[in-house]
Amino acid sequence: MIEMKDGHFYGVTIDILNRAAPLMLLAIGMTLVIATKGIDISVGSMIAISGAVVASLIGGKLEYVDGVKTLITLVPMPVAIITALLVTTLLGMWNGLLISKVGIQPIVATLILLVAGRGIAQLITQGQIITVYYKPFQFIGTGYILGLPFSLFVVGLVFGITFYAVRKTALGMFIESIGINAVASRFAGIKVSKYIFSVYAFSGLCAGLAGLIICSNVSSADGNNAGLFIELDAILAVSLGGNSLDGGRFSLVGSLIGALVIQSITTTIYALGVPPEITLVVKSIVVIIICLLQSAKFRKIVFSKWAQKRGIPSEKNAAKL
Amino acid sequence: MDDANSLLKAKGICKAFPGVKALNNVDFELKPGEIHCLMGENGAGKSTLIKVLTGVDPLDAGDIFLDGKAIAPKSPHHAQQLGISTVYQEVNLCANLSVAENIFIGREPLRFGSIDWKEMNRKSQELLARLSLGIDVTQPLERYSVAIQQMVAIARALDISAKVLILDEPTSSLDAQEVEKLFGLMRKLKKQGLGIIFVTHFIEQVYDVSDKITILRNGELVGSYETVNLPRVQLIAKMIGKAFDGFESSCKTLKLDILQERRNNFLQVRGLGHKGSIHPFDLDICKGEVLGLVGLLGSGRTEVARTIFGIDKADSGEIVIEGQTVAIQSPADAIQYGLAYCSENRKTEGIIENLSVRENIILALQAKLGWMKHITKKRQDEISKKYIALLNIKTAGPEQLIKNLSGGNQQKVILARWLLTEPKLLILDEPTRGIDVGAKVEIQKLILSLAETGMSVVFISSELDESVRCSSRMAVLRDRVKIAEISGEEMEEKYIMQTIAGV
Repeated sequence: MIEMKDGHFYGVTIDILNRAAPLMLLAIGMTLVIATKGIDISVGSMIAISGAVVASLIGGKLEYVDGVKTLITLVPMPVAIITALLVTTLLGMWNGLLISKVGIQPIVATLILLVAGRGIAQLITQGQIITVYYKPFQFIGTGYILGLPFSLFVVGLVFGITFYAVRKTALGMFIESIGINAVASRFAGIKVSKYIFSVYAFSGLCAGLAGLIICSNVSSADGNNAGLFIELDAILAVSLGGNSLDGGRFSLVGSLIGALVIQSITTTIYALGVPPEITLVVKSIVVIIICLLQSAKFRKIVFSKWAQKRGIPSEKNAAKL
Repeated sequence: MDDANSLLKAKGICKAFPGVKALNNVDFELKPGEIHCLMGENGAGKSTLIKVLTGVDPLDAGDIFLDGKAIAPKSPHHAQQLGISTVYQEVNLCANLSVAENIFIGREPLRFGSIDWKEMNRKSQELLARLSLGIDVTQPLERYSVAIQQMVAIARALDISAKVLILDEPTSSLDAQEVEKLFGLMRKLKKQGLGIIFVTHFIEQVYDVSDKITILRNGELVGSYETVNLPRVQLIAKMIGKAFDGFESSCKTLKLDILQERRNNFLQVRGLGHKGSIHPFDLDICKGEVLGLVGLLGSGRTEVARTIFGIDKADSGEIVIEGQTVAIQSPADAIQYGLAYCSENRKTEGIIENLSVRENIILALQAKLGWMKHITKKRQDEISKKYIALLNIKTAGPEQLIKNLSGGNQQKVILARWLLTEPKLLILDEPTRGIDVGAKVEIQKLILSLAETGMSVVFISSELDESVRCSSRMAVLRDRVKIAEISGEEMEEKYIMQTIAGV
């Protein structure tokens, strides 16, 4: 599956990991949001905005200077990247403000940005698809370090920091507590609105990073189509990871696996040569099967019957004996 | 036994939860036209028995007979169809639907395929009239007090089934008048041949209405007795499994000590008020005293606590703690100043049900420290084990989810949560509501011993005798106004009641 070529690892596994990077980033942010009993459906639009900001800032006009074809960037790349991340984080804060302070329901609050965000992205790109010719920028989405895609290091870093923050400090417990019972959490002295605000800001940051990778991957920013419907995949990834959309207990690792499962399905379908018009149907069937397998009730019904046929006493009967 | 004469009969019921044997070989028999009390301490298995009878939880072993026929209720809905209806301790209705909708939800009268609103409202009115309840059934349920919501729940249960009615602590949120009304109704239904299973913690009420008492302890059947043949002292002794000690006298002496040692004010409230919930009031709380807040339900007792604790932001007045004016904007602020508040609504404002006992205990302390100063897992384990032992919390271990604990033990976990923050002022709102006699006494004793160590306690309770026993001073509220303070010799039930009533 994995082989070395020109000092890079190649293969289906690497391909899936690489392509799943944006989704994994979104899933990390989305996990925390969902754990507080919220939801963020604006991440797709924020991806578009992030790409639009970074692409228009780096620009990349080809001009002839002294007869030589030279690339002119408007601002240095690090500045462009930081600005893009800042913008999406601010947008995440906007979501957080609407939800934690104004008290708008999460799905409605982020719906505003879902709709408006595409508009903002198109305004930034002036309705055009901006192509980035500046080579170093392409490293984010297509570069390799130690034979592995650079985007995986971004995911690894974000995951590592987040995992440490939620499991080695009290952050994770507070988030879970808020998701289970926000009123009781406030009464226990947790500053509920502060944490709700923060998880949306963080989700914005994750979306910004995902946007950079997607933009860099195709060397262009497309306000209309970048990250289209990816918010649904992100929610699905969290859900496939065994996290309840009702908030509370969460698993970051589960969400990452969820994201990889989704990307594996997509890649496998393409690799098998399934006609594109039925890929979505196949994808949904696989998702249904996974969801059924996760349901305790379904497992009980199916597997207890199966166990009875095989003559294995079920747990309940065993207890009686 | 004579099966023909029994309405509902359960034999050899066993039920185990992870780590706990909730019911072990329990028998139970209910006759038609009988009000049968189910008694026992928290965690004795009363709720579990009811859940098994009504199909909420499947039973591990045993048989249930209704009218002599074996039944196996699969769900509460199935149990209802068989003729067993339940009204739970916490009202299980939809607050934002109308009263009539709540009564007929899931079985609305239809006319030409759509809901016949007129018929539904008329029937609801009729049903409630039978409970002597004349309210507007088209109003949303949340407009009415918990007491009325409870009556609506009973009306619904009655209308659905007519053989066995189970009332799981229906009276814990009712005032005396409403309780009497409910009892009148129960007696009427009893005459009609209905069998009623009644779970309550109020001993007086047991002797008021019941014909028979079945006592459980630690999941085992202690026995079934005719109410008239079982003196109160024996009932309590059988419930807690030991002789009742003289709590009364120990309290009185403690109280006198506190009065003599009354020290300086810890907290002074001047003109604090919140529009729409509590009129501006003054209140002094001394170090090491237990201040009782008394008044009828809805008189503003809880609102006083909420305003001091920063849940409802005060719109007038000031709070002075140890000589310094403080601004309390939120519970988080209040906790920093050494305040703690144990809400009366354990389920909605107290426990975090899907977190473990350990996490529930350390939550407030961790919130006080902030998220960065993480209490290590090892320390958390030590703390939770210590408090589980200290408060005698019955749980399989610190990692047990709190929702699997009985009400009284959940209350103890919340108490542990606040004690851990080492508060200087502990506000307890109905800490003993819905918990059994044994745990009640434990909590009352705890309150007094805390006060002895110098902690101030504000104690809110609907049970006057409990307030009198524990408090060293009292503030009386009526219609959201603080009307009087009572101390010393005046603290006597009759006088307090007169003050509350305003005569």
